Amino acid sequence: MDTKSIVYIALFAALTAALGLMPPIAFAGLGLPPITAQSLGVMLAGAVAGARRGGFALLLFIALAAVGLPLLAGGRGGIGVFFGASGGFLLAWPLSAAFIGWLLGRDRGASFVTMALYIALGGIVVMYAIGIPWMALVGKLGLTKAMAIMVAYIPGDLVKVVLATMIARGLRRAFPNL
Amino acid sequence: MLDLYSPGTSVLHRLPPAPKLLALMIGATVMFLNENLLLTAAAAMAVLALYLLAQLSLKQALAQLRPLVWIFAIFFVLQWVFSGLELAAYVVLRLAALILLASLVTLTTRSSDMIDTLTRALRILKPIGANPAKIGLAISLALRFIPVLAQITADVREAQKARGLERSVIAVAMPVAIRTLKMADDISDAIESRGYRP
Repeated sequence: MDTKSIVYIALFAALTAALGLMPPIAFAGLGLPPITAQSLGVMLAGAVAGARRGGFALLLFIALAAVGLPLLAGGRGGIGVFFGASGGFLLAWPLSAAFIGWLLGRDRGASFVTMALYIALGGIVVMYAIGIPWMALVGKLGLTKAMAIMVAYIPGDLVKVVLATMIARGLRRAFPNL
Repeated sequence: MLDLYSPGTSVLHRLPPAPKLLALMIGATVMFLNENLLLTAAAAMAVLALYLLAQLSLKQALAQLRPLVWIFAIFFVLQWVFSGLELAAYVVLRLAALILLASLVTLTTRSSDMIDTLTRALRILKPIGANPAKIGLAISLALRFIPVLAQITADVREAQKARGLERSVIAVAMPVAIRTLKMADDISDAIESRGYRP
């Protein structure tokens, strides 16, 4: 792997960590875990850095969080997080980023809507497809109930999809050979 | 460096990371396979006993669970309503015990030791093309980039404030993204120009 790829992998791992510093949006009274900006990092890694670099960037990020650095939103980290209810979502991150990168790599001239669709496929569909069964397993909940909990997160994720698409398109204009 | 490590001199602190990680994997698997409430409660007590062995207070143990308190509450209520009190207690206890056990490994192991162990373990991947030196470079770059990104964001936000744009997400995110990508390109040129060939 060339030096530029290594630097990009490190950059997008760091970007996801830095997004965890943004104050999470807690929905008051609902008693649910907060919506964080970190999955925006996943979408951007896939959309900007591509399948291989984006996937490895998130793999590096979850490895750093697992060894005990407080990189996850709210200053959480350590192996314990992966056994928790949101562990599946974290493990899905590298796959989500790689999938987004792969889809966009196949269709370089994607329009805004197509690009947003690709980012949603990787950043929402793939992530939920791994995260929800994990949550159901850990909480012995059953899939329907786990899915019902996650409905609350979809609006926030849709906002992130639009943001990621806007930023990725802007970056492609600024760096045409990205 | 930022780290969740809690310094100490106990047996668990002195144990190298590899056996601790192995014990965690075995412990977690056993807890997932076990379906008995009493055994799960016993396991949770045993994990708490390990915290005392590691000279950590029970307060520190509870602090590990605090971020998850709402998830616990939701799981507990859902299970209680749909499947009864016993299963509700089992699920929450198991989750708590697992997280406490994993956090214990994190609390008693320095991140740097864990990274060393990981990089050493990655040597077995050399035949399929993984290069531990490059992984090491990626790790140190990532850790260095985090404060740099925070600084760039602060700079851009200040600049946009002068334009009355500090509340616009795109007006802040776009310059940050362009600057960081530019920085990444400069850094990789700088590394290459110094003849870095791992």
